[in-house]
Amino acid sequence: MQEDNKQNNKTDRRNFLRKSLITGSILTAGAIGLEKVFPGEKDSGEKVKVLTPDGKVYVASSEHLKEYRPPPVTNAEARKGIANKKFVMVIDLAKCDGCKTCTVACQAMHFTESDREWIKVFKMQDADATAPYFFPKPCFHCDNPPCTKVCPVNATFKRQDGIVLIDNERCIGCRMCMAACPYSTRFFNWSHPDPKQTAAVGNTPYSPEQSVPRRMGTVEKCDFCPDMIRQGKMPACVSGCPMDAIYFGDQNEDAVTNASGVTVKLSQLLEDNAGYRHLEELGTKPRVYYLPPKNRKYPIPDMKSVGNEKKEKKHIEMDMGIMQM
Amino acid sequence: MATEKYNLKQEIETVREDCLRPTQKWGRSTQTWIGCLLIVMGWGLYCYIHQLRDGLGVTAMRDYVSWGLYISTFIFFIGISHSGTLVSAILRITKQEWRRPITRSAELLTFVSLLFGGIIPIIDLGRPDRLPNLVLFGRIQSPLMWDIIAICTYLVGSTLFLFLPMIPDMALCRDRLTVCDSPFKKFKKWLYTKMAIGWKGTKSQWHRLELTMTIMTIVIIPVAVSVHTVVSYIFAMTLRPGWNSTVFGPYFVAGALYSGSAGVVLGMAAFRKLYHLEKYITPRHFDLMGRIVLALTLIYAYLNLNEYWIPAYNMVTAEGHLLSDLFYGSYSKAFWTCQFGTVLLPIIIMSIPKGRTVTILTITCIIIVAGAWVKRYLIVVPTLLHPFMPIQEVPGTWSSYFPNYVEFSVTAACLAGIFLVITLFSKLFPMMAVWEVEKGILIEHDKQAAIELRTKREAEEAKIMGKRLKTGFEPLK
Repeated sequence: MQEDNKQNNKTDRRNFLRKSLITGSILTAGAIGLEKVFPGEKDSGEKVKVLTPDGKVYVASSEHLKEYRPPPVTNAEARKGIANKKFVMVIDLAKCDGCKTCTVACQAMHFTESDREWIKVFKMQDADATAPYFFPKPCFHCDNPPCTKVCPVNATFKRQDGIVLIDNERCIGCRMCMAACPYSTRFFNWSHPDPKQTAAVGNTPYSPEQSVPRRMGTVEKCDFCPDMIRQGKMPACVSGCPMDAIYFGDQNEDAVTNASGVTVKLSQLLEDNAGYRHLEELGTKPRVYYLPPKNRKYPIPDMKSVGNEKKEKKHIEMDMGIMQM
Repeated sequence: MATEKYNLKQEIETVREDCLRPTQKWGRSTQTWIGCLLIVMGWGLYCYIHQLRDGLGVTAMRDYVSWGLYISTFIFFIGISHSGTLVSAILRITKQEWRRPITRSAELLTFVSLLFGGIIPIIDLGRPDRLPNLVLFGRIQSPLMWDIIAICTYLVGSTLFLFLPMIPDMALCRDRLTVCDSPFKKFKKWLYTKMAIGWKGTKSQWHRLELTMTIMTIVIIPVAVSVHTVVSYIFAMTLRPGWNSTVFGPYFVAGALYSGSAGVVLGMAAFRKLYHLEKYITPRHFDLMGRIVLALTLIYAYLNLNEYWIPAYNMVTAEGHLLSDLFYGSYSKAFWTCQFGTVLLPIIIMSIPKGRTVTILTITCIIIVAGAWVKRYLIVVPTLLHPFMPIQEVPGTWSSYFPNYVEFSVTAACLAGIFLVITLFSKLFPMMAVWEVEKGILIEHDKQAAIELRTKREAEEAKIMGKRLKTGFEPLK
């Protein structure tokens, strides 16, 4: 609670300062002029006069005037999304060589710790006789999202442009959405955010579109980088993929683009390559399509190196041993 | 006839004495017991504060197993809370006379386990400070919201259900506590006076009490059923293997009744022994309760069959992984112990009349209650460890789960809280509904009188008949 109040206070101050900076900069000359008019105030060299939008002059300490990075949009706008857009992602499994550059790019973009992978590259093998393949998995931003349905406070929501976001200023941390998501896409901030990452985030104000600064006790996940989209750029994982395996675009325009800037017709791409969605039978209607791993130019993943299943089982057995004692 | 009436009065007086005796003095053992509970609760509180400050990361829960012991315990406690409704309401509605000495403890168990069951999800919240958001931004579409509404309704209902039959007893306590020589006694007097809300025992008051009790009895049953159904919906409404099951509503209700009725037996056994109520809570009560627990265990076993046998026959991919882990994987020991040890074994024991004697039934019910708790854990955790996406390249602590000391401490504190409230309650208020037991005695007495009257009349008639037969005809053989 206290933290929130603090946050609110900060936001208030920021709002004030933002207003101040916008209009105040115009009046910088005026302020200097004022100082000349009132030389008595010259002693307070650290004070700066600023003008609010409603025409009032305030005196503020110059040390409070830090660089202010306004959120790209207000919270209300972040909930609405970008009009007339339907964002969609296509991942070409034939091109993915499992280098995990997308994960690293995403982590850098969102100041994420190295063990938290909003886009995670799995090594998949559907049956014993079938070929293994790499499978990068971001949030699927489903059109029938099981996660937003179960949220008791509307902290996670579906926008008109198809993106599913989380408002970590509202999330109560019940983790119902994590239980509901069949793709293990959601992460919980179990502890205080890593101080190094917090420092890197700096004083960026929070917006659901940026997902930072993160807060303890709230849920987070892949956000399709809406702040980048608003700047006309690609999400971090798309532009970071050296294999040009990830395409991103607008379904309404029927066009998707990859890291090299190659734009292709979405419907044609899906048609030519027999595009599909993962676990279609669950009925969640993902906005992420996959192209099957056919005619690959890279060696198939070594499934022996996965071995996590066995390791994990061992752990469970150990724990169960304790329980039965 | 006069002596008989005197006996009746004497009997009622003994009932009142026996019921109120535990409330009159706080022995050394009680104080030690309360002290122990407070220590457990204090340590739990310390752990919870630790969790509040440093986040839920101090527990063993991680992103895969995002619900653990807390949520399992939540389902378990809500399950136990079905006891009061079952024993009290259903036995009331079916006019089972033998219910009278055990209704109060059953209703109390409901109230207390519901109270702490309701607290646990708040303990499990990442941001308990944002609870007001549930009101400010609440979404009725969320199963969690259904839960909150159902549990709050049930809590209000069960509080009323506990309180209403207490009113005449409170008046009795108020009238009996004449010497208020200490501040504590003054407090008790004040409490009884307030809680008796001006009960004088007039005809209209009795009439109104009985009417409200009848309404409450009917209303509380669907509310209780709804509560555990909705608790199951938290799981059943997800797409997870093992949770996404249409049988989950009745399965949870059956599981709740199975553990709750066993909880009532434990309560009966404890109060019988501790407060020397052997005269009132008799082996017959245990025999009859044993039959009820047996019936409910059979229903629960039947639903277990449906819950596991149908998917096990098909072994669909994701569910198949989960089931093989339960049947012969890392959870198999716990799973089969639950199925055979705490469901089938109790069924066999309780089917034999000797299995429904006081000691054996109590031990069986301890097994049932413990088994129900472990079963809740086996419903929550293994499913979370078998998501659709494989668990790959994550630290070992993420891909496995066993509750750590923080979770055990906080859960133990909640359990201690339940015991504390029950202890304090039983030291302030009579643990048997005095007036109900009295009424039972009166009914019994009337019945006896009626039987006596009938046998007398029949004897007289036989005499007359005999005379007639002697004088008129040959007696029949």
